Amino acid sequence: MSRTEAQKWGVGASIRRKEDDRLLRGRGRFIGDMQAAGQVEAAFLRSPVAHGEIRGLTVPEGLRDSVFQIDDMAGVRAIRSGMSVPGYQVSEQPVLAHRRVRFVGEPVAVCIAPTRAEAEDGVAALGLDVEDLPILADVEAALAEDAPALHDGWAGNRFAEIDIDGDLSAAEHDAAVAVRRRFRLARQCMMPLEGKGCLAEWDRQRGQLVLWTSTQMPHPVRAGLAECLNLPQSRIRVVAPDVGGGFGWKGLLQPEEVVIAWLAMHLDRPVKWLEDRREHLTAAANCREQSYEVTAYADRDGRLLGLDATVHVDNGAYSIYPFSAGLEASQISTLLPGPYDLPAYRARCIAVGTNKPPLAPYRGVGRPGACFATELMIDAVAHELGLDPYDVRLRNLVRPDQMPFRNIVGKHFDMGDYPESLRRARALIGDADIRARQAAGEADGRRIGIGYATFCEQGASGPQAYQALGLPMVPGAEFCQARLTPDGGLDIRIGGQSHGQSLETTLAQIASEVLGVDPANVDIVHGDTATSPYSTGTFGSRSAVMMGGAVAAACEALAEPLKRIGAHLLQAPEDAVAIAEGRIVAGTASISIAEVAAAFYSAPAGLPATLTAESLDLTAGYRPEADTGTFSYATHAAVVAVDTQTGIVEIVDYVVVEDGGVLINPMVVDGQIVGGTAQGIGTTLYEEVPFDRQGQPLASTLADYVLPGAAEVPDIRIAHMETPSPHTRFGQKGIGEGGAVAPPAAITNAVNDALRDLGVWIGETPITPHRLLSALARSEQEAGA
Amino acid sequence: MKAARFEFISPTTVDEAVRLIGEDGAKAASGFQSLGPMLNLRLAQPRLVVGLTRIPELRAIDEDADRVVYGAAITHAEIEDGRVPDPTGGILPAVARGIAYRAVRNRGTIGGSLAHADPAADWATVLAALGGRVRIAGPRGVRAVEAADLPRGAFSPALDDDELIAAVDVPRPGPAARWAYRKVSRKIGEFSEAMSAAYSDPDNGILRVVVGATDSRPIVVPDAAALLDGGRTAQETIDALALGDDPVLTRLRATVLQRTVDGLEPISEQTA
Repeated sequence: MSRTEAQKWGVGASIRRKEDDRLLRGRGRFIGDMQAAGQVEAAFLRSPVAHGEIRGLTVPEGLRDSVFQIDDMAGVRAIRSGMSVPGYQVSEQPVLAHRRVRFVGEPVAVCIAPTRAEAEDGVAALGLDVEDLPILADVEAALAEDAPALHDGWAGNRFAEIDIDGDLSAAEHDAAVAVRRRFRLARQCMMPLEGKGCLAEWDRQRGQLVLWTSTQMPHPVRAGLAECLNLPQSRIRVVAPDVGGGFGWKGLLQPEEVVIAWLAMHLDRPVKWLEDRREHLTAAANCREQSYEVTAYADRDGRLLGLDATVHVDNGAYSIYPFSAGLEASQISTLLPGPYDLPAYRARCIAVGTNKPPLAPYRGVGRPGACFATELMIDAVAHELGLDPYDVRLRNLVRPDQMPFRNIVGKHFDMGDYPESLRRARALIGDADIRARQAAGEADGRRIGIGYATFCEQGASGPQAYQALGLPMVPGAEFCQARLTPDGGLDIRIGGQSHGQSLETTLAQIASEVLGVDPANVDIVHGDTATSPYSTGTFGSRSAVMMGGAVAAACEALAEPLKRIGAHLLQAPEDAVAIAEGRIVAGTASISIAEVAAAFYSAPAGLPATLTAESLDLTAGYRPEADTGTFSYATHAAVVAVDTQTGIVEIVDYVVVEDGGVLINPMVVDGQIVGGTAQGIGTTLYEEVPFDRQGQPLASTLADYVLPGAAEVPDIRIAHMETPSPHTRFGQKGIGEGGAVAPPAAITNAVNDALRDLGVWIGETPITPHRLLSALARSEQEAGA
Repeated sequence: MKAARFEFISPTTVDEAVRLIGEDGAKAASGFQSLGPMLNLRLAQPRLVVGLTRIPELRAIDEDADRVVYGAAITHAEIEDGRVPDPTGGILPAVARGIAYRAVRNRGTIGGSLAHADPAADWATVLAALGGRVRIAGPRGVRAVEAADLPRGAFSPALDDDELIAAVDVPRPGPAARWAYRKVSRKIGEFSEAMSAAYSDPDNGILRVVVGATDSRPIVVPDAAALLDGGRTAQETIDALALGDDPVLTRLRATVLQRTVDGLEPISEQTA
C-alpha cells in the first residue's frame, strides 16, 4: 500500500483516539452506569481487625434473608493460587472469611438491598464478634521466632523465598569499596479513577452466569471463577465494559467477584457491587511495600564487581489469583542487576505473609523497587569513590557492542544503546546549566539537585520468561478474530481489555497498516469472553506487541481471500493483485474491500465454488519467535528544588529518553509515559498507607492518602530513540509500565544530590516533608554530636 | 460510603432555619464540602439536615464605609472571582483562591467553613487576624463574636445547637495596613500542615498574628509586637504556644511563622 495512507493512519501515526469521543464526553459505559432489571446492590461487612478468630455474627431478624456468610455458600471453593517455586506455601483465601480474618477490610459477610445505602444500613446493623489474635503487622513481626502461623499448617510466615546463588568472593576480594544501603518502599493503593466493581446475572436462556466486571483480564477471571464456583468455563461469560484504569488492581480474581456471582445464581436476580474509595484505601492497600539490604562492590573506577541483596516483600495475607504471592519477589530477584554488566550477583528475595491486604502487582510490579535500589546504589557507589554518578552509570551500562547480551541472571537483552539514552537525557535536561545553577544557589534558599535513573523493561514476556518466574498462569500466543461485515466493515476481536491503553485506536491502526482501511471503519471488540478468542489479558506491557501481532496476523490472513476474490472480480491473475488503501488493485483497475465483501456474502452466485468457500471471518494467532519478551529501556532525569525548611520537594524539570522501538501511535506512547511517570511521582513523594502496630490502615480517605495532582506533575519532556525490536511484527516494544519504574530512583537521587553536603541521605518512599525534615534533623544532630 | 437515611429541608428564612436546627438530631448544612463526606462516611448521622443556601438573608451583602458584611452562604468562589465586594484590597480573593480546589470553592461557603471549625481551614485563621466578626442567629436573635473567639477547639465552634452563622463582618483596613499569610501543605489544595497570618493596621490600632493548623483552634499570638520587632523569635513564639510534641512539626510551624513575619508588607504590594 502507499505510504501516504500508512502515514496518515497506520503504524507511526499520532491519530486521535477513537475511544475519546465517548470517554471525553462522559458517555462511557462503566459498571457504575449499568443497571439490570430487578437488580439488588451489595455491601460487605469487612473485618475491623487485622487478625482474629470470628466468634459469631449477630444478624437482626429482619436481615436474615439478605445477609450471607461463607457457611451459606455451600460448594464455593476458596481462591487458591500457587507457584512452582520450591517450598512455596500456598494460601486458601475463602471468598468470605471462614472462622478467621487476616487483614483489616477482609470481607466477612455480604448484605443485599435495593440500594447500596440500604445495604450499608444492613451491614451497620450486624454484630461481629471477633477475638483478637496476635498481629503480624509487618515483615519483622511475621518473621519473629515466636510468630504465630498466618495460615494453618504453615512453617514460617513465608509464601516463598527466591534465592539466586552467586559467588561474590572475587568481588569481595578485589573491591576498592563495599557500599551497604537499606531501601524501603511504602505500601500504596493503585487508585484507578474507577474503583473495582461488578454486576452479575444468571442468563436463563443460555444457562450461563454473566459477570460484568471492571477487569483487565476477562478470560483468567472466568477461569478462576469456574474453579471457585465449580462450573465449566462454558457456563460463565465475563464481560469488561469500559474500565477506568486498572494498573494491576483489576488483573486478579477478587473474592467480591466470586461472592457477587454466587449471589446472582443463588438469588436468581442481578446483583451489583461497586468498590468505594474507603474500601479501596483500606482493603486494597495492596502494593509496592518492600525493603532491601544491598551491598555493592566496586573497583576504584566505579566499575561494579558484584551485588548482594536481601529483599523482603510484605505480601499481606493471601496469594492472589492468578499471579500468586511470589511474582514481586521473583521478579525483583532477576531485576536488581538492572541494565548493567554485572559480573557477580547474589540475592535472597523473601515473600512474607503478614496481616495486610494481599499484595498485587502494580504498574511495573517489582521494577520500580528494584530500579530504586539499584539506581540509588549507583549514586552511593559514585559518592563513596568521589566520582560523578553519571560516569559510574555510563561505565557500567551494557554497551551496544555487547548486544545481544545475556546478563548475570540470564536475561536476554536483545538490542539497543543504553548509554546513549543516558547521554541524551543528560543533554536534554541541561546538566551543565543545572550544575551551574546549583553552585550559584537559589534566591529563595532552596537547594537544587539532579538525579538520573536508567532501566530496561522486559515487556510482552512470553512463556519462557513467565515459566522462569514460576507463575501458575503462563501467557502463550495471543489470538485475534478478524471478519469483514457484508458492507466491508472490519470487525476485530481480541480477548484482552483496553482500560486506558488506547487499544481501540492502536489496534485499528495496525489493521489499517495491513489492509489500508480507515481506522474509523475498524471496530475493535474486546473484553468479553463470549465474543473473543482466549487471552491472558492486558498486563505486563504486552498488548501492543502481542495483541498487535495477532491483529496483524489476522488481517494478513484476511488479505489472502480478499486478493483471490478481488482478482477474480477484476479478471486479473491472483499474483498480480495487491491491497492498497482499502482496495484490491490490479494495475490501474481496482475494487474496494466493500465490493469484495458484498460479492462474497450477498452475490456469491457468480463466484467459483473454491472462492465462496473461503472465509472472511477467521482467527489467527501470534507468538514471537523469541519469547523472552522485548527490552525497551529508558533514562529518566529529574531536577528538584528542595526547601529544607518546609521539606517540600518541587520537581523543576523531568526528562524521559525512551526506546520503545517502533511506536504505533507516538501520542499514545507519550500518554503512557506521562501517566506512568505521574504515578511514579506519587510513589516517590506522596502516596502511602501507613499501618499502625495493630495492622490498622491510617489513610482511609483521600484527605490522608495524598495523590499527585496537576500542579505536582511537571511538564514531562520525552525523547524517543525508536530502535526497532528484532523480534516483533513491526519492531514495537512493550512500554506500558516504564513510566512508573524510574521516577522513585531519579527523583530520590536528585533529592539526595540536593542534600548531599548536608550529610542527608534518603532511601525510603514517599519522601514526605516530615520524613525529609526528620532526616535533616537527624543529620544536624549527628553533626552536632 | 453512602449516607445513612436523613431528612432534608431547605428553609427560606433564618427564623425557620433556626427553628429547624433546634430540633433533635438536626444539623445545619451549607455547601456540604465537609458535612457531605462526613455523612457518606457515616461519621455524622443526623436525622434532619437543614440546607441554608436558599435563604436570601444568608446570600446578602451589606457594605458601608467601615466594613463588608457577607451572608454566611457566600461561596469561596464568589469571593475569589470578585463577584462580591472586597474591603481588604485583595486579601480575601487571594485567600479564597488558595482554598482546596475550585470544585470545593464553587460550593463551599464562608459561613460553613467557620461553623465546621477545622483548625486548618483558611478563613478561621485569616478572619481572626483581620479582626472579622461573626454574626450568629439563634432563637433569641442575633449576637456577634470575634472571629478569633468562634472556634473553641478542633471542629468545635462556640455555637449552641439552635444557632447558626448568619453573616461575617470584615472590617476595612486603614491605608497603612500590612498583611502576610503563609501556609505549607503537601500539595496544592490539601489541608495545611502549618499556617499563620499577620496583620498590622496602625490606623485602627490592630497588630495581630495568628497561628492556624493546630490540633485545637487557631491561636492569636499573645505578644505579636515582640515577634514583629525581633524581641522574640518565631521558634520561641511557637515553643511558648506548646502546640505539640513533634519537633519536626514545631519547627515547620516556626518556619512558616517566620516567613509570615518576613512577608508582612503593605496590602497594595501583596495583591498587585
